[in-house]
Amino acid sequence: MTDTTANGGPVLTTQDGTPLKVSLARALRREKMRSLVLIAPLLIFILVSFLLPIADMLFRSVENRIVADTLPKTVAALSAWNASSGELPDENVYAALHDDLLIAVDEKSHTRLGSRLNYELSGMSSLFRKTGRRVDRMDEGNYKEQFIKVDKDWGKVETWLFLKRYSPKYTPGYFLNAVDAEYGIEGIKMKPEDERIYLYLFWRTMFLSMVITGSCLLLGYPIAFLLANLPLRYSNLLMILVLLPFWTSLLVRTSAWKVLLQQQGVINDTLVWLGLVSNTDRIVMINNQTGTIIAMTHILLPFMILPLYSVMRTISPSYMRAARSLGATDWTAFWRVYFPQTIPGIGAGAILVFILSIGYYITPELVGGTDGIFISNRIAYHISSSLNWGLAAALGVILLSLVLLLFYVYDKIVGIDNVKLG
Amino acid sequence: MNLKTLILATTATAMFAGAAVAKDMTIVSWGGAYSASQNNAYHKPYMEQHPDINIINDESSNEAVAKLRAMNEAGNITWDLVDVVASDAIRLCDEGLAMEINFDEMLAPAPDGTPASEDFGDLIVSDCFIPQIVYSTTFGYRSDVAEWNGKEPQDICAVFDLENFPGKRSLEKRPINNMEWALLCDGVAKDEVYDVLETEEGVNRALAKLDTIKDQVVWWSAGAETPQLLADKEVVIGSTYNGRLFSLIEEQKQPVKMLWDAQVFDLDGWIIPTGLPEDRLQMVKDYLYFATDTQRLADQAKYISYGPARKSSAPLVGKHATLGIDMAPHMPTDPANATNTFLYNYEWWADYRDDLDAKFQAWLTQ
Repeated sequence: MTDTTANGGPVLTTQDGTPLKVSLARALRREKMRSLVLIAPLLIFILVSFLLPIADMLFRSVENRIVADTLPKTVAALSAWNASSGELPDENVYAALHDDLLIAVDEKSHTRLGSRLNYELSGMSSLFRKTGRRVDRMDEGNYKEQFIKVDKDWGKVETWLFLKRYSPKYTPGYFLNAVDAEYGIEGIKMKPEDERIYLYLFWRTMFLSMVITGSCLLLGYPIAFLLANLPLRYSNLLMILVLLPFWTSLLVRTSAWKVLLQQQGVINDTLVWLGLVSNTDRIVMINNQTGTIIAMTHILLPFMILPLYSVMRTISPSYMRAARSLGATDWTAFWRVYFPQTIPGIGAGAILVFILSIGYYITPELVGGTDGIFISNRIAYHISSSLNWGLAAALGVILLSLVLLLFYVYDKIVGIDNVKLG
Repeated sequence: MNLKTLILATTATAMFAGAAVAKDMTIVSWGGAYSASQNNAYHKPYMEQHPDINIINDESSNEAVAKLRAMNEAGNITWDLVDVVASDAIRLCDEGLAMEINFDEMLAPAPDGTPASEDFGDLIVSDCFIPQIVYSTTFGYRSDVAEWNGKEPQDICAVFDLENFPGKRSLEKRPINNMEWALLCDGVAKDEVYDVLETEEGVNRALAKLDTIKDQVVWWSAGAETPQLLADKEVVIGSTYNGRLFSLIEEQKQPVKMLWDAQVFDLDGWIIPTGLPEDRLQMVKDYLYFATDTQRLADQAKYISYGPARKSSAPLVGKHATLGIDMAPHMPTDPANATNTFLYNYEWWADYRDDLDAKFQAWLTQ
């Protein structure tokens, strides 16, 4: 039946006279509201405890209010100063700085500003601390001379240039740092060769995560196949062997690998005892990339096996039998009939392992040495040691976008509907 | 009395008793042997004197700076007293996260009446920091390495001498200390180290020196790693905190010796987080007055080989509580051990840490 209201025909109504369409919409809306109310607690919980904190943290990658908040008058006075003139700002600016610092020292916010600016220019931290100690003893007038007397850095154009550059409320500075660039005196450029680190670490994190995903797949596929096809009593035992390490603490497993892999460790000792390796040149298997790959493959293996297993269990053995009865060899039957049906499991396992490994940091920190560490190790360093949360947030934003991008590419190639956990 | 009133009565008593007992004080420290020494020397005697106070140990000093900043932003300080190293204390003070201390007013004078600020002396490196112990980062080496042909390291430069002292070394995965040692062994005079390190060439020079041993180095990030590596014969010489080496040598009886040369002194102590409510602040102040007096600091040295930060405590350092050996010769500050020493240059590293760390990490990944 067509919509009769549009061409002026009789309107279908319910028993109480309301048009059927309105009544239906109302019922649907009520239905929707009810389900929304049902999921509301979870939705609010996720919003408050997960999405908002993440958004707040990520926002720090561009936020830079501290300069304008701590030195409001100086920032206003500096806007008239032409940085490219190569001359120092005039007395007004120094007087404004004096006023601002008096208040800042009172609130003890000048040292905080110093450590913020020190991320961009070494020496700012002590400059502000030192000046803060002297500022209340300054005489009135002729501040320029007095500031330069306290520290000659106040007489450098560079100091003022950085102060002016980082006075806006938002800054690209953290993001530039996160991709090994800097906003120096001459403008934006790449950092010198010997200070570049993050782009390389991003690349290495991606590369090692892919290697780990690959080796998990190679090792996990046959195990999942056995699990799905062995008689129940054997497969149960095997399942326990898979789950037991899965339930063991991450740190215990990582330390166990240390004991096994180190140069005076179990594997090297056995090889020396067998005479395969001489005692003087034992193999280095830990504190490098090899260590990271081995330990993380072991730790993440269950995340590959379990989705594979649950998909394989649903594949009926009659498909393989049918293929063979139609003349396929074992290999053809496996490759053309069985394997394609396991692809959803491979997809799920690979995504799980890859996304978990890209954000790993404890295991690389313990067994990675210098060439086996990930970008997350630097993020952790900036969060907990250097307190440069802005840079940590910028690195986090890049890592998150990389993961989302890869997810998108994956969806285009494999199709996210093809992923199955069972 | 029926059952209902009985239950009510007991609940009421329990609640009343609970209100009287529940004065918890959360003290954050490093855990392990260090927390145990504080527990024995400070917490236990204090709780005996004050049965109404219950000290809770939190072993989060490792991430104290980040956590305090997060607590401050959230406006909910759950810690009462925090044990941190001096460089962290300076940063917390700079960030306004630690309270300023009035040393003479808040801390006990020495037994002879010397005010606390004089008794601590030069070790007061920040307005917010009450020093507790002096520890040092120094080297330990195995005394049974066959390839060394009976030679033993005499000075810091043995670390860079692969010819006479072959084998793996362990160094901390950060520029602090390593850069100084490298320059020292590259012929820079001790009092010029930081001037040299301020320049681009100086940094490259230090890294070039470290380059000569780079493929023989195992880099550590936790203090427990070097003792483990030494015990496993994974490395033949390695840097760590002197107390860790003490327990490796004296408690676990491993064939390891101390190389005190060019040890770097550092301080560990207390900070009070800013923004504590008045009642908790009073409780912390009372505890601090007790726990930082001359006798208490000397007592701590019975359990761990770190030197007390008060001058007046030094003569009171006695024997180890369980091993019964004299502790004085194991102190980093003992004259025999302290012939060539550095004091961690807090001000300098506060300025250059970010910059040098970037260069150092880039060098490591190359």
